[in-house]
Amino acid sequence: MGQRAFNFREIQERQERLAPGHRMCAGCGGSIAVRNVLKALHPGDKAVVGNATGCLEVSTYMYPYTAYKDSYIHSAFENAGATLSGVETAYHVLKKKGKISSEYKFITFGGDGGTYDIGLQSLSGAMERGHDLVYVCYDNGAYMNTGIQRSSATPQFADTTTTPSGRVSNGKPQARKDLAAVMAAHNIPYVAQTTFIGNMKDLYVKSERAIYTPGPAFLNIMAPCPRGWRYETDDIIEICRLGVETCYWPLFEVAEGRWILNYKPKKKLPLEDFLKKQGRFKHLFVSGNEYLIEEFQQEVDRRWEELLKRCEA
Amino acid sequence: MSQRTRMSGNEAVAHAIRQVNPDVMPAFPITPSTEIPQFVASMIANGEIDTEFIPVESEHSSMSAAMGASAAGARAITATSSCGLALMWEVLYVAASSRLPIVMAVVNRGLTGPLNINAEHSDSMGARDSGWIQIYAENNQEAYDNFLQAHRIAEHKDVHLPVMICQDGFITSHAVENITLWDDEPIRKFIGEYEPEHYLLKEDESMAVGPYAVSNYCMEAKKAQAEAMKNARQVILDVAKEFEAVTGQHYGFFEEYKLEDAEYAVVAIGSVCGTVKDAIDVLREKGVKAGLLKIRVFRPFPAEEIAGALKHCRAIAIMDRAESYSGCGGPLGAEVGAVLYRGKAAAETVNIMYGLSGRDVRVQDMEGVFDKLQKLAAGEVSFPEYFYLGLRE
Repeated sequence: MGQRAFNFREIQERQERLAPGHRMCAGCGGSIAVRNVLKALHPGDKAVVGNATGCLEVSTYMYPYTAYKDSYIHSAFENAGATLSGVETAYHVLKKKGKISSEYKFITFGGDGGTYDIGLQSLSGAMERGHDLVYVCYDNGAYMNTGIQRSSATPQFADTTTTPSGRVSNGKPQARKDLAAVMAAHNIPYVAQTTFIGNMKDLYVKSERAIYTPGPAFLNIMAPCPRGWRYETDDIIEICRLGVETCYWPLFEVAEGRWILNYKPKKKLPLEDFLKKQGRFKHLFVSGNEYLIEEFQQEVDRRWEELLKRCEA
Repeated sequence: MSQRTRMSGNEAVAHAIRQVNPDVMPAFPITPSTEIPQFVASMIANGEIDTEFIPVESEHSSMSAAMGASAAGARAITATSSCGLALMWEVLYVAASSRLPIVMAVVNRGLTGPLNINAEHSDSMGARDSGWIQIYAENNQEAYDNFLQAHRIAEHKDVHLPVMICQDGFITSHAVENITLWDDEPIRKFIGEYEPEHYLLKEDESMAVGPYAVSNYCMEAKKAQAEAMKNARQVILDVAKEFEAVTGQHYGFFEEYKLEDAEYAVVAIGSVCGTVKDAIDVLREKGVKAGLLKIRVFRPFPAEEIAGALKHCRAIAIMDRAESYSGCGGPLGAEVGAVLYRGKAAAETVNIMYGLSGRDVRVQDMEGVFDKLQKLAAGEVSFPEYFYLGLRE
């Protein structure tokens, strides 16, 4: 059940496990993340999909319709890790008792609210206990389901409804939490950070590796939100590319404790290329606010250097 | 067929768990229920059962993992007390509405404020509207027997609801008393195998659990859940009957102790009932017609049956081991009061707050309560709507 060679056509021809007709917004990164992660399941393999409360849940399993081909469970906002750890444990018991014979994989999805913040404890517990499951965070950098409130994943200076920019405010004062590093500190077999790049190869390869590596795995996927980030829906792929090329969102993985950088831009682009496409950073481009972009750039640079060191070591 | 021995209430529940041999038990320690997962962990470590124990990082995760395991098709149990139950609160509702037959041993302890670890019913009384069946025990034997019956009730196709098996912290959970343990073979035959109709890991179908339901559907889901709770009434009695056939132990919605001809009655839940019975015995010697209605099943609430059993009484004291801070009594007082009103009972009633945070209740305290009831019935005194028993002056 190891990794298979990346065959774009074969993968795209696989059955959709997230059926069309769900109610996610046009241009939503969350649904792109879910579709592509689930495509990494080898055809014929069974899965149970978990979900924290959020946009994804309320838009993909609205009674009496489910968009999931696989079995699916949602319980609450902050307990996707614990809920799926119960499912995974039940699987082992039922298998041991000879009540089921099929192989199942366990994948749960949460937004950054359900993952970085309210669900962090549940996630940490599930990872530490070593359940054989993948926790996927589709990180759109704010509580989008309730109307764009800041989260600990929100980038600094972003304008959100709880960190609005105003006459005496520059948006969110704090820099974002580095959750992939927090998860790596759990010393689990596999942690990776990715987004939508090129033909989705990076996302596919990491999803497949996360799903088929025994033990707990964590995937952090930057999944832009057109409503919260305020960009034209067509621009999502370009925004993701700029996130990577500016080193705001580096692509890396931590496999068995080894940090691996998956992509190093030949020429690192200035952060403002990423910021200026998004309405949530509009106030940074007002004359006199150049120092804010400079400050943000320094933080991105500092984290990039730190990542390079980790990956070289 | 059985073995006469002695053990604590926690040990008794652990013994029941050994006989059930559940598939999955997530749990997080909290006094006074901590011993239950400890006993289970030892049984697993010694190969006595093949349960998978999930050492979760909180009670919220404990109930969440139990929910996941139950939805996946496993028999799932957990145990908790007090703040642990409070931390589960949100998921209690989700588990019940998802119609998952989880069984939970609740060792009753007061909710914090101030912090206290002793017996009180504020934890499970607070969860009374969460959609869980609630069955209470007076002693270790009942905690054991109730737990053995719980899965049969929870998993019944007309019910599919989670069950709390409650016993009083320390008084029952830690005190060592005599008990009769039932042999493994007949009791395991009685409990049976869990064979759910639909579950996440059913190989020939997929299913989805925990939808977002808009107003067009949500109300029907709640009504269906309420109907299941009504159905539980008959199932609880049927299961008790079968249990009696195996063990000889009789159980119903409640126990009536010298209630048939009683003029003065106490309605109570849990370990205090032993004390009440002793007081009744003393008073009966003196010719006072005292009796007890000990509630075993609080959810579903056996309203009509309670009204019927109390209809002849002249004065009734309803004993609450949980404040509701309504300013006019506790939860049992409110519910039994409503039942008596609808049943057009003529009895005088008084609601008594007792044993909060483990405050001791003695036989003479209960004799005092019956004395008050006699005076109340004779019109010699009147009482405030509710009062505290054994409060420091």
